[in-house]
Amino acid sequence: MVNPSQFAIQFINVSRHFGDVRAVDDISLDILDGEFFTMLGPSGSGKTTSLRLIAGFERPDKGSIILHGEAVTALPPYEREVNTVFQDYALFPHMTVGENVAYGLMIKKIAKEERLRRVEEMLELVRLPGLAQRKTSQLSGGQRQRVALARALINNPRVLLLDEPLGALDLKLRQQMQIELKAIQQRVGITFVYVTHDQEEALTMSDRMAVFNLGKIEQVGTPAEIYEHPATSFVTGFVGVSNIVSGETAQLISGSPDPFSIRPEKIIIVPMETEIPPEMVCAEGRVRDVVYLGLYTRYLVEMDGGGDLVVIEQNLKTTSMDVLSVRGRHVRLFWHRSQIHRVR
Amino acid sequence: MAGILPGKNQIPSTPPSRGNRLSTFLYFRPRLVLLLLLGIPLIWMGLIYLGSLFTLLLNSFFYLDGFTGLIVHRLTLATYQNLLTRANLDIVLRTGGMAAAVTLLDAILAFPLSFYMARFASPRIKSLLYMAVLVPLWSSYLVRVYAWKLILAKEGILSWLFVKIHLDGLVNSLLSLPGIGGPSLSLSMIGMFIVFVYVWLPYMILPIQAALERVPKAFLEASSDLGAKPAQTFRYVILPLAFPGVIAGSIFTFSLTLGDFIVPTALGNSSYFIGQVVLSYQGTSGNIPMAAAFTMVPVVIMILYLMTARKLGAFDAL
Repeated sequence: MVNPSQFAIQFINVSRHFGDVRAVDDISLDILDGEFFTMLGPSGSGKTTSLRLIAGFERPDKGSIILHGEAVTALPPYEREVNTVFQDYALFPHMTVGENVAYGLMIKKIAKEERLRRVEEMLELVRLPGLAQRKTSQLSGGQRQRVALARALINNPRVLLLDEPLGALDLKLRQQMQIELKAIQQRVGITFVYVTHDQEEALTMSDRMAVFNLGKIEQVGTPAEIYEHPATSFVTGFVGVSNIVSGETAQLISGSPDPFSIRPEKIIIVPMETEIPPEMVCAEGRVRDVVYLGLYTRYLVEMDGGGDLVVIEQNLKTTSMDVLSVRGRHVRLFWHRSQIHRVR
Repeated sequence: MAGILPGKNQIPSTPPSRGNRLSTFLYFRPRLVLLLLLGIPLIWMGLIYLGSLFTLLLNSFFYLDGFTGLIVHRLTLATYQNLLTRANLDIVLRTGGMAAAVTLLDAILAFPLSFYMARFASPRIKSLLYMAVLVPLWSSYLVRVYAWKLILAKEGILSWLFVKIHLDGLVNSLLSLPGIGGPSLSLSMIGMFIVFVYVWLPYMILPIQAALERVPKAFLEASSDLGAKPAQTFRYVILPLAFPGVIAGSIFTFSLTLGDFIVPTALGNSSYFIGQVVLSYQGTSGNIPMAAAFTMVPVVIMILYLMTARKLGAFDAL
């Protein structure tokens, strides 16, 4: 059992409606102190509204929000000890990088020398030393991102909120920033609440994550738990790629027509004559399509009982010639019984 | 190769129409398009506008021979020397002071309305307010000025109202002030000030409103997220970002007041303003050089004003 003081944020039956739209629908959630917590979901799932509820930009219609044991539901943003990194950074265009970063300290009327010192410290933390005098318009997207981070972190918030902060960056820079953000979080030890629609990002960075859908939370857990044991069919489909098997094929494989899910990388393709070990489940089908993707190959197998299965195999020893020759062949597929997840 | 590519012979098409050919011709000649687009406005600006400004400048360096009444076409600073007499400087100061005061009050009046329009008004209210601001511009400015003359007259509705609400004593003591006072509101600097503020107000509201509209909501959220109370957000984020709008509006109100000769003629206590002086120099007395020199005063004031505004960082957020 966790001690209540370990909670950075608690949602207690929180709802936020916009007209008829239930953006956040009776959510209860605990975020632990010091963890990297991700809110994952498609657009319109309520993840950003939840973040804005923590920041104070939105007020809940029902329920209460607790920040480190203190109810903040009625507090305006400027009285909450949280800071936000905005999606499009929202850097003030009429201020230099240094002035942007120092904004929170300036508001708190902290002496100029200390302000300058801490700005330089922060710029070093986000690896932009010496850029305090620059105009924000002279920065690249990645640099703006770092300035926004420094501007929020300089206030020593108890919780840092990040609203899809990497959305505007290209893939390489994103991956680099993912690692860096995680490293910064571990260094400063502040609770990070991170909103994203990118499941890979969520799996990479989070200590724990919540999967949002239609204003509700489908599942909360560590990335491994959520990936390996998705609780609902939505989570199964949204986090990673999954095959959902139902109907006659499901009956053939598992002895029940109830739908189940199976991850494509858990399936092994073998020639028809191969013996299947007894603890494995087995199915047969014809390879309809093969896509060679360098690191791995993706097969689309038309099942004998109807329906398609996606199978992914790493190209450990095989070459593109080997894998492409499988197209059109009748094959046997098998996987471990424990990989079958019944879905709701 | 020609067989693979969709060549001319393979497309069963009608020959391209004339309009099509023109489009294609222009598509590959962006410079020509630019020239066609900008040519006429540039000629207009360059020749007619800048040309006449230059002629004005040139004329101000000629002077009027007092005996013959003819303009001497020889470059001299004599006209400017005449400009710097005590009486003329008083006119310049009076006009500049009026323009500054009008600009200040217009900015103070326009900001809250613009702020409301940009931030809080529903689309319906907003378009109503737009109408309220713009519709007066549809009627002639002369008509509005003379309407104000009637409103402000001694027998006018405003004096009647002041008597009714027992403010006539206050108004009369204001009117007895030297310099800005006069026999009635319509014949005083105060009245002139009121009318100037009224006629130029839309030119202040629109740019401020546009500037405020361009401030993203995320900036305000970011500011409050970083601990700023609403008043601080206003002071450190909204005001600096709206400032270019205020400057743009002030350029209108300031320069329009500097050059106006209708309002000082219709209202006021017969002290001269730059516009009136220019009108009388180039009209009745035929002293074109002096009129030109006087016209250069607002031009110089505006240049100095813009340079100061730039120094103060008014255009940083553009």
